[in-house]
Amino acid sequence: MSRLLVSFISGLLFGVGLLISGMTDTAKVQGWLDILGQWDPTLAFVMAGAILPMTAAWAITAKKAPLFDLSFSIPSNKTIDFKLLSGSVLFGMGWALAGLCPGPAIAALGFGGNGIILFFVSMVIGMILTKPIRMGSISTADG
Amino acid sequence: MIIDWIYGLVGGLFIGLGGLVLLIFNGRIMGASGILGQLIDGKQDTENLERIVFLIGVIAAPLIILQFSDFSTTNVTSNTIQLVLAGLSVGAGTRIANGCTSGHGVCGISRLSLRGLLATAVYIAAGALTMVTLRTFWGLI
Repeated sequence: MSRLLVSFISGLLFGVGLLISGMTDTAKVQGWLDILGQWDPTLAFVMAGAILPMTAAWAITAKKAPLFDLSFSIPSNKTIDFKLLSGSVLFGMGWALAGLCPGPAIAALGFGGNGIILFFVSMVIGMILTKPIRMGSISTADG
Repeated sequence: MIIDWIYGLVGGLFIGLGGLVLLIFNGRIMGASGILGQLIDGKQDTENLERIVFLIGVIAAPLIILQFSDFSTTNVTSNTIQLVLAGLSVGAGTRIANGCTSGHGVCGISRLSLRGLLATAVYIAAGALTMVTLRTFWGLI
């Protein structure tokens, strides 16, 4: 029960952050990638703001166990492989094309209208389609 | 402009706090594509309800904030083909690479994970190259 509450609170914080940071505004995200146009550095501030508490989180948890579990479930995979690179290229291309990554697409589902819903459904289909490729991958714990 | 950066920074802090509580209490990585993807895969563990509850939180929080403020602009394109292609690429790419902006970006970089750092560099570079090609050169988006 307490784990469910933590998951919910984490989701709420994530959703609030995605909204007020402007990451559900596709123009800001595309602006970040538009390096030869009207470049918008907002995303760098979002990243910096998010990495700050997470750096503290990793420091706090070092060599300890989480409060509501026996151990951490964090990626142990350290291999730089073709899947990491090719998947990231594909992700980056789609990210630029619509200005949406998974988090903001989920956060905007309730208010973003049909465009967001169409993107989300396509994203889910994309995830399902890659299941055969991903079979036998070392870790699915990150991301 | 500067107000956007401040909202970005404050919003980022909330995102990081979301990741912090999930890691410290539940021992899990807050990665949007991983949480959604593992749910869709029907991963055989006891955590699918936690994933669902997390996603409900992500969807619900903006709806609450939007009662008091106006952050509702998405500027999302109405071009169906563009949205479908983008969605397919983002869904497939993040699952093949095992992470997206939250997992590889926020959680990976803060952990100084080489995979996270490299993935982030690659998807930003690929995104910028796509943007320059489609907008600067071809004027399509």
